[in-house]
This record gives sequence, C-alpha cells and structure tokens, in this order.
Amino acid sequence: MSTITPNASLYERLGGAAAVDAAVNIFYRKVIADSRINHFFTGVDMDRQAAKQKAFLTMAFGGPHNYTGLDMRRGHARLVEMGLNDSHFDAVLENLASTLSELAVPADMTDEVIAIAESTRSDVLGR
Amino acid sequence: MVAIRFGTHEIDLTDGETVLDALLREGIAVPYSCRSGFCQTCLMCASQGKPPREAMQGLRDTWKASNYFLACRCKPVMDLEVRLTGDLPAPVRARVQSVQPLSQDILEIGLATDERLHYHPGQFINVESPGGLTRSYSLASVPGEDDGLLLQVRRLPGGRVSGWIHETLKPGDTLHIQGPLGDCFYCEGQPVQPLLLIGTGSGLAPLSGIARDALRQGHKGPIHLFHGSRSRDGLYLQDCLKRLAARHPQFQYTPCLSGQDIPPGCARGRVHEVAQARFPCLSGWRVFLCGHPDMVQQARMMAFMAGAAINDIYLDPFNVALT
Ligand SMILES: Cc1cc2nc3c(=O)[nH]c(=O)nc-3n(C[C@H](O)[C@H](O)[C@H](O)COP(=O)(O)OP(=O)(O)OC[C@H]3O[C@@H](n4cnc5c(N)ncnc54)[C@H](O)[C@@H]3O)c2cc1C
Ligand code: HEM
Repeated sequence: MSTITPNASLYERLGGAAAVDAAVNIFYRKVIADSRINHFFTGVDMDRQAAKQKAFLTMAFGGPHNYTGLDMRRGHARLVEMGLNDSHFDAVLENLASTLSELAVPADMTDEVIAIAESTRSDVLGR
Repeated sequence: MVAIRFGTHEIDLTDGETVLDALLREGIAVPYSCRSGFCQTCLMCASQGKPPREAMQGLRDTWKASNYFLACRCKPVMDLEVRLTGDLPAPVRARVQSVQPLSQDILEIGLATDERLHYHPGQFINVESPGGLTRSYSLASVPGEDDGLLLQVRRLPGGRVSGWIHETLKPGDTLHIQGPLGDCFYCEGQPVQPLLLIGTGSGLAPLSGIARDALRQGHKGPIHLFHGSRSRDGLYLQDCLKRLAARHPQFQYTPCLSGQDIPPGCARGRVHEVAQARFPCLSGWRVFLCGHPDMVQQARMMAFMAGAAINDIYLDPFNVALT
C-alpha cells in the first residue's frame, strides 16, 4: 500500500494517471451529452478527442504537463472564433465538478481542481 | 548507449533522451503536441525492439500488442527501429491455396505466404490487383486452427478488385499483399469480460476470426455476435456459427435483418439497434464494430454512451477506397 504524505501533490492525492483514465470516459460522455458545448467537440475523431481530454484533465488535476498559457491560447483560438465564451467555460467546469463527484472525490480536492481550471480562463478564452 | 533507426536515419540517443527529442534534434519532422504522454499526437510503432512500458501508458491493448508507443515518453532501453503508424510494411508474395464460395456473393480465399505472417485474427491485409489497385481484406483465419490466411470477399456490383477476385483468382495464382495492419483484434488478459461483436456484410470476416480467436485463447465471459444484413441472402457462415455456439455455451450468435422478410431465428432491425435493445448497459464490456462505416460510427457512439470505455471499443470500418 502506498502511504500518502500530507504534502503530496494534488495529482498524487487524486490517484495520478489512473485517476485521469477513470475520469476521462465519464467526463467525455458528459461533454457529448451537453448541448451547450458539444458542438465544439464534433468533427474530431473520438480517440483523438479523448486523448486531448486526458491532457485537459491532467492539467486540471495538477499533473505534469508542458503546456504554456500561450499553448492554451493557440489551442483554443479556433474555438474562440467559433464563439467560445464564459458560459461555455462555466459549462466545462460544471461537467468537471460533476465528474469528480461521481468519482467520489472529496469536496476540498474538487475545489482545488476547479481552481486550477479556473486559472486558465483568460488564456482559453483568448483575453 | 542505445540507438534508434527511422527510415534511413541512425540516431544515437544521449543519456535520458526521448525518441521524440532525438528525432527532432536530427531535424526530422514528426508530429507531436503535449510532450507529456497524453495527447497521442506523437504515436509511433517499433518494428524492431520493445519500447519501455512507460511509453505505452494509457494506450489501448491492441496498440500495446503491436508495439505502438508515445515518442515523447519513450526512453529506450534497447535499440529500436521506429516508424510512424501510418507507414506501411513492404509487400510480400502470397499464393492462392483455395477458393470456396460461402454464399452467393461471398468467396473465401485461402492464401499462403513464403514466410509465415504473424497476425491477429481481425487484422487486415492489403491486396494488390494486377490493375495496380490496392484493397484491404480482413483476416478471418486463426493461427494454429487454419492453414495460411483466410479472407471473405464480398462481390460488389461494378467492384473492380472484388470482381477480379471473384472472377479470376484460382488456386496456384500469386499476388502481392501488405500486412498485417489494423488494431481491431482480441487481446488476452481479461478472460471474463463480456464481449459484444457487431458487424454488417463481410464485416463478419474479422468478427468470425475474433470470436474464434477469443474462444481459442480460453475466453470465459459471454461473447455476443450480432451479424446484420438487409435480406437473408446477405447472411453467411450461419451453420458454422451455430455449431460454434453449440460447442461453446458462452458464445451466442444473432443474425439480424433490416428488410421486411424475417425468417425464424433472425432478429428484426438494424444490427446495432438490435444489440443495443438487448444490452442497454455496456459498462465494463469490450466492443468490436466491423463493416459499413456509417454503422461503425453510429454504433461507436452508441456503445460509448451506453458505458463502454473508449479504449474498450475496437473499430474496423470498411471505408470505400478512393481510387
Ligand atoms: C480495413 C478494411 C477491411 C476490409 N475488409 C473486407 C473484407 O474482409 N471483405 C470484403 O469483402 N471487403 C472488405 N473491405 C472492403 C474492400 O477493401 C473493398 O473496398 C471492396 O472489396 C470494394 O472494392 P472494389 O474494388 O471491388 O470496388 P470499387 O471498384 O472500389 O467500387 C465499386 C462500387 O462499389 C461501391 N462500394 C465500395 N465499397 C462498398 C461497400 N462496402 N458497400 C456498397 N458499395 C460499395 C463504390 O462506391 C463503387 O460505386 C475492407 C475495407 C477496409 C478499409
Ligand atoms: C477549463 C479550462 C480548459 C483547459 C485547461 C483546457 C485544456 C485543453 C488542452 C490541454 C487541450 C489539448 C491541446 C492539444 O494538445 O492539442 C485542449 C483541447 C481542446 N479544448 Fe480545451 N481546455 C479548457 C477549456 C475548454 C472549453 C471551455 C472548451 C469548449 C467548450 C474546450 C474545448 C476544447 C477542444 C474542442 C479541444 C480540441 C481542439 C482541437 O483538437 O482542435 N476547452 N483543451
């Protein structure tokens, strides 16, 4: 059994890559079913899209990644042109929070995840 | 020190260097994005040598079995020959051993290669016609049960390559094939997981191979095969599949017809809709979808929303060749 030290990273406390694997199917299913935002996710192959959602979840879980704010700007610029705005961003956060609640992640850790995602808002929305 | 080979390039890796970094250092433009092992943009395949396990984290089973890996995560511990996953193996010669009709418009072709081809049932090969056209055909045979390679080729009206195969191929002929290719096959390791196999038309070729392969490897969980066609003359292998079901209680075969005239023993409706009505919850299942591209895409979404995980859904859409 692994013991979790009090100052282990959020990503480790959530369960690392295995937690991302567990969350990605649930999260992606919610996004597809959400008519507020699903039009942003069509036209890309489901496998590729799921892989990108893993990248998203890894970031939000505080995991290791090499994305910069500029990457987030560039990566979502096409979507901003399509009309991506705060309401869509909020919808993604909502789906993220309900995914974590389905996985029985404690509220304080969920708050940390949402805070990380929130910190990317201006980059994602290209402001 | 380890080295990698990519095409004509031989690159010595520096300490702790990844395959992606080494390729980029040499000025070779391979696709990549996140550099953290998630986005799968830098997916590659090792044709020689075994990539380390960390480089396969999160990939589907059949990709791991085919030595696919993420270049950005790959710090090799032995020499590797690597290629992009879209690059094809060189063609080899094959000899026609047998030609046998399975129904009015399905012909079974037996092929032998000089060197034994290592493949998984459900993968496919590319066949070159004398006219220079290339078409893909799935492997319905099971190594150890069948000699050589077995294809099931459906004759299409006006079909150039399927027409050539049906009209002219005979035992003793030689042709060129490439393969094996594709990631739609059975991997051992979860012997009690329920399996759902859905196919239309000659999509039964890969599925019959996958079902027999799973049984041969000792799969214990339920295996449900749904084969769809518009009318009854599109069904084939019925006797063979019924015998298989009689021998293996965990295996069930359901022929489905979307037309009007439904003989006893067949289900009415489109094949993936029949399967969905029977199994509305697919959480924990492994799903194989083969044949008509529209059916495959619709059934993929259906299976995912019904609870199957992305990495547990295997696809073999018979996309129409563009030339
Ligand atoms: C991965 C993969 C695996 C495949 N496995 C098999 C297999 O195991 N058995 C098998 O029989 N085929 C299989 N196919 C399909 C096969 O590769 C050819 O596309 C098919 O035989 C038609 O080729 P053709 O040259 O005879 O027809 P073409 O000369 O290319 O086309 C003739 C006409 O038929 C139409 N057409 C093409 N495909 C279809 C179709 N599926 N349904 C209805 N109309 C069509 C074309 O639009 C055209 O009008 C597979 C395809 C792929 C991509
Ligand atoms: C909450 C903060 C967000 C973060 C941290 C984030 C992160 C990411 C990451 C890491 C990628 C993968 C980039 C790559 O390597 O290609 C990505 C892609 C994507 N994101 Fe986001 N994202 C966020 C919000 C959103 C929102 C609100 C939407 C739309 C409603 C969205 C839609 C997409 C789409 C469609 C892609 C795929 C883009 C493509 O392939 O062209 N994202 N995101």
